[in-house]
Amino acid sequence: MSTIDAQTDSDATDVASRSNYELIIEPRKGLQLFDWKELVAYRDLFRFLIWRQIKVRYAQSAIGIGWAIIQPLFSMLVFTIIFGNLAKVDSDGAPYALFSLAALLPWTYFSNAITDGVQSLVSEANMLRKIYFPRLMLPLSAVAAKLVDFGIAAVMMVVMMIVFQYPPSIQIVALPLAIIVMLITASGVSVWLTALAVQYRDIKHGMNFLVQLLMYASPVVYAASIIPEKYRLLYAINPMVGVIESFRAAILGTTSIPWDLLGVGFLSGTILLITGLAFFRSKEKIFADVA
Amino acid sequence: MSPIISVENLSKAYRIGAKEEVPDTLVGAAKGILKAPFKNLSRLRGLDTSASSDEGSGSESDILWALKDVSFEVNEGDVVGIIGRNGAGKSTLLKVLSRITEPTSGRAVIRGRVSSLLEVGTGFHPELTGRENVYMNGTILGMTKKEIDRKFDEIVDFSEIEKFLDTPAKRYSSGMQVRLAFAVAAHLDPEILIVDEVLAVGDLEFQKKCLGKMKRVSRSGRTVLFVSHNIPMIEQLCTRGIALKNGGISAVGTVPEALADYCVSSVSSRYSTESFNETSDQIRGIDLRDALGNSVSSIQCGDSLKIIVDYRLNSIVEKHQCCIEVNDSLDRKLFTIGSFLSGEVNRGESCSKVVGTLPSVDLAPGTYTMKVRIGTLARNVGECTVADHISFEVKTADYYGGLRAPDSFRGPMLARSSWVFSE
Repeated sequence: MSTIDAQTDSDATDVASRSNYELIIEPRKGLQLFDWKELVAYRDLFRFLIWRQIKVRYAQSAIGIGWAIIQPLFSMLVFTIIFGNLAKVDSDGAPYALFSLAALLPWTYFSNAITDGVQSLVSEANMLRKIYFPRLMLPLSAVAAKLVDFGIAAVMMVVMMIVFQYPPSIQIVALPLAIIVMLITASGVSVWLTALAVQYRDIKHGMNFLVQLLMYASPVVYAASIIPEKYRLLYAINPMVGVIESFRAAILGTTSIPWDLLGVGFLSGTILLITGLAFFRSKEKIFADVA
Repeated sequence: MSPIISVENLSKAYRIGAKEEVPDTLVGAAKGILKAPFKNLSRLRGLDTSASSDEGSGSESDILWALKDVSFEVNEGDVVGIIGRNGAGKSTLLKVLSRITEPTSGRAVIRGRVSSLLEVGTGFHPELTGRENVYMNGTILGMTKKEIDRKFDEIVDFSEIEKFLDTPAKRYSSGMQVRLAFAVAAHLDPEILIVDEVLAVGDLEFQKKCLGKMKRVSRSGRTVLFVSHNIPMIEQLCTRGIALKNGGISAVGTVPEALADYCVSSVSSRYSTESFNETSDQIRGIDLRDALGNSVSSIQCGDSLKIIVDYRLNSIVEKHQCCIEVNDSLDRKLFTIGSFLSGEVNRGESCSKVVGTLPSVDLAPGTYTMKVRIGTLARNVGECTVADHISFEVKTADYYGGLRAPDSFRGPMLARSSWVFSE
């Protein structure tokens, strides 16, 4: 009995402190901002969602977290054989294996993050129908959870550079900027496509195809330098162009950091994220009904 | 002081699937295939009811109002039972109040922190261990990690699965999963708790434990909205009742008031189609009279009751009989009375009234329904039988002539008895 009494006492103080809380439920009209306070209040959920995805993804698998290495490693091998050795694609002077791995590092993250992000709401449809929490948590936690894989792939990059005895350039200090643009872009695309995918399952079916198209629209297997100079800024509207080229420049030092490409990418990525958040917010209210 | 929840004209519309056109020519079919993506697109867009109602598009016929102009107020500390038949709008109301879905119009103001429990174990993942699921489920329900840390031992104690805490949930029996999930939910500390029919889980022992926990929660001064079809549970837990019917409120008030409305409406809609209409045979009226001959709808325990059935059988039915089943509010048959039991065969062909007398109504306080049937009462299909029903209320009285008044929790039936103690 004593525990219950103690509990009631603490409730009483809790109730007193929250007494001016008021929530109004009514149909929302027009553009709405996100309730950042609420997102902060649910930060523990965000952490657990990320952690759950990491834990569940590699549960009951023999290689476990090793899958985070296998994907970029084998892509690198295939690309090196086909594009590096057979097609002899120009790699700006670096070994093609490193050249493609430096691009695969952000690209693998990006493609996995958006694929997972898009799935997040649809696969958790049951949760959407049964409980309220800020819906934005789902795609964003999926994007954040993939950072673990990114970190592991980065370790692999270091190992490969030691194997190739290729020292990193001083430009590596610019890498965090490229990572930020990468995160903004992945979040923006995820938020957009997630909100669409809840209502239109076409997105799910088209996802693989879209990722593949995007890969060839980004300088993963080739260098951005093969694009004619006058089209290059237009090309950089795809934010991953700036990200991938900056990764290469920062890690391998083959070129100087392409600030123009990264700048354009940052702009278009930010626009993508802001419009995505607005779109997500406007669709959020119907998720539970259509999911 | 302003009410803790006030709901004003809350409505929620859902779009239901409109009928597909079926092409009857090859050209029509080909056209249909070409047009399909566009049609699908507009159909998918139509899922968003809020947008379409703004534009005024979409016909009225494929819109279903799950809630229509619902208004009520809940004061702090009220434990409100929400009852109604399937599809009456109970779950939609809870979903709107817990912000899962947005109302189409109207508004609700909630002055307190809400936790809702529409399902046990939301967010449970089979690959995670019991311990991990407690944290996952708890944070989804709106607790912080700190809060869960503090209550963790209590939760585990309540769930009785201490031994399996580090086993993945997929190896749990379904009962164990539910127990753990409910244990988490039971330790929520909101000001307002919204609970859908989720307590009917686990074995009997655990159900009792849940009920006990719910009782403690409702006595602690918290506001609770509670949907259930389990009427005894509502009677035990709730201080107020709301009955919903076809998306609207049909009764608000005390629990017996709401229950009475629910029982009447649930019975009438179920049996109205049963009455035999082809030959305009019908029961024209059922009248209940007390000992003084007054027409009544409620009587006291132990009173006598006369049942007068006014009927019409156009097709000449020889040997027709009257049969009355008395059911409780959960539609459980308690007993049957009737002319056919005592053998008073009616040979007259022009009879139109039958009077039955119950010398003592030995029923506990509550709402009951009499299902009246007149006819040959044979089980063969096509035999002429008319049926109708009437609900009545039994109020408590000094039935035992002693210290205690009859109470429904000792069972629906009363019996007189005498006692002698000896050495």
